[in-house]
Amino acid sequence: MEILIALSIGLIFACGIYLVLRPRSFSVVLGLTLLAYGVNLLIFLGGGIDRVVPPLSLPGATGLADPLPQALVLTAIVIGFGMTAYLVALALRTLGETGSDRVDGAGVDGAGLEADGSEDDRADSGPDGEAPR
Amino acid sequence: MSHLPILPILIPFVAAALLLLLGRTAAPFHRTVAMGAMLLGAASTLALASEAGTGAISVYALGNWRAPFGIVLVVDRLAATMAMLVYAIAIPALLMATGGTDRLGRHFHALFLLQVAGLSGAFLTGDLFNLFVFFEILLLASYALLVHGGGAQRAQSGMAYVILNLVGSTLFLVAVAFIYGTLGTLNMADIAIVLPNVPAGDLALVRTAFAILAAVFLLKAAVLPMAFWLPHVYSAATPAVGALFAIMTKVGIVSLLRLSVIGFGTAKATQGLLLPWLPVLALATIALGTVGVFAAKRLATIAANLVLISSGTLLFAVAFADGTATAALLYYLPHTTLATGGLFLLSGLLAERRGELGDRLVRGPSVGNRAMIGGAFAVLAVGLAALPPLSGFLGKLMLLQGAGSGAWKTIWWGTLLLSGLGVTLVLSRSASLLFWQPETPFPSRPFGFGPGLALVLLVVVGPALTIGAAPVAGWARAASEQLHARDPYVSAVLGDGPDTERERRP
Repeated sequence: MEILIALSIGLIFACGIYLVLRPRSFSVVLGLTLLAYGVNLLIFLGGGIDRVVPPLSLPGATGLADPLPQALVLTAIVIGFGMTAYLVALALRTLGETGSDRVDGAGVDGAGLEADGSEDDRADSGPDGEAPR
Repeated sequence: MSHLPILPILIPFVAAALLLLLGRTAAPFHRTVAMGAMLLGAASTLALASEAGTGAISVYALGNWRAPFGIVLVVDRLAATMAMLVYAIAIPALLMATGGTDRLGRHFHALFLLQVAGLSGAFLTGDLFNLFVFFEILLLASYALLVHGGGAQRAQSGMAYVILNLVGSTLFLVAVAFIYGTLGTLNMADIAIVLPNVPAGDLALVRTAFAILAAVFLLKAAVLPMAFWLPHVYSAATPAVGALFAIMTKVGIVSLLRLSVIGFGTAKATQGLLLPWLPVLALATIALGTVGVFAAKRLATIAANLVLISSGTLLFAVAFADGTATAALLYYLPHTTLATGGLFLLSGLLAERRGELGDRLVRGPSVGNRAMIGGAFAVLAVGLAALPPLSGFLGKLMLLQGAGSGAWKTIWWGTLLLSGLGVTLVLSRSASLLFWQPETPFPSRPFGFGPGLALVLLVVVGPALTIGAAPVAGWARAASEQLHARDPYVSAVLGDGPDTERERRP
């Protein structure tokens, strides 16, 4: 059982890492989601693999499962969800602003990040400071 | 139990929630609430520091759950210093933002307050998972603050920054899972007790877990293989946000310092985990930062690369983890944070007064308000280049004497002095480009109350730290001794009673 679970977590991580290294934002988001799944499983199983053991001390229960990883994993899931939602929103905004969904900065109007950046910056930090929308 | 330790976190949190609830109200109202919360929070950190100054370590058990089962906030001298520093950089940054950049997008003040809450929490907590949560709070706020103001470059560098930090958070969780799975605890003081008695079968796993954790802290601190994001990101942010970000790298550095001193001790599982590769990476980061300073095309990029150099410098001292090095580090850290923050603010004020040229380092008419901005630049530059007589020089001198041993000493002196020379060259060249030009200067513009005060605050820090060098260095030494003594920390958190009974895994 341990081997099987360890292997599946490893597989999820491998897929996640592969996807995170892809150049487009969609696959990166998918990859980060997979990594989050993998790590949630890892935390959850950090409390030991067990069956039919309640996390609370109920009358008649013989053992007690470690409740802490369950609390940790809940927090991790919520935070991971929030972060992913923000990333998706930011990816959409970047697509709107630069017209490219590449995360490596390539292919933005055929120019690199630096050359592109100074242009925008002048516009941004002008006296009125009104950002272009 | 006094509720003082939670106030630096709670005050900005409540104020942020209030601002979010009230939504679209007039900007002066938001500014007043935010600044009021900042001042209250700063007062609470001063109270904490005066308490910690007696040598006492106060422990705040959240929900009154005893450590190691509950989460604790621990205020020793180091934590109090860092909490004070958070407010010391955040107040000028907020003042700068009231100059107008806070109106570029919605919710600036709420996000700013959340970031301050996350930063204070990260320095005060004594629990690894709670540290993760505060990291996420400060990161999520920083994601939004970074893209505040819009623009393609901010969105683009924001993407890279968010993705990188999400991967970092995932690794943090992996480390936490392994540490909990093997040690059965996430409390820093408890780790110090459990770590020396790790069964032989778990040694490799524990070591891996802490190595991953160290890597996460080094990503936040921007150390060489993971440093390339920082110049782009920091120089893309608005100046006020850049100044606040100057302290973010320090979260990683101080967390690593605390973990390596309190947690690791001399345990076999983590013996020599940071040596010899951390000093090498730290020196390489200094070199990268110096090259980056030379290559910078904007003043904000110079400031961002100076953050890299200061990260490398501080981490070299962390790597050796002995008392004198830590004391020097704690003297140098406030100076370098506030001075780089000041340079970010200055780059913003400069950009407002050079019209089309912004803060780019190109020949053109010199900047308006030359006396004030030039004077501020001179003071900051002397501090940043570590020239005598200001606090940068004193801090670097202490680091040169205190950190490294044996063969490291030569390389350390060489790297630090050469990097200082490079920074001096670049800053004086920038000064002549920006201030000493024959053409008619750009028209002067009045300083707003906020930005002017912010600049003055960050500029007087250098001279103030120099005049008060003896008490500040004494405080740093006391903080370092308290940290390295370890036992007071552990017994303050866990109590002196017999070891807590706990279940052992089969």
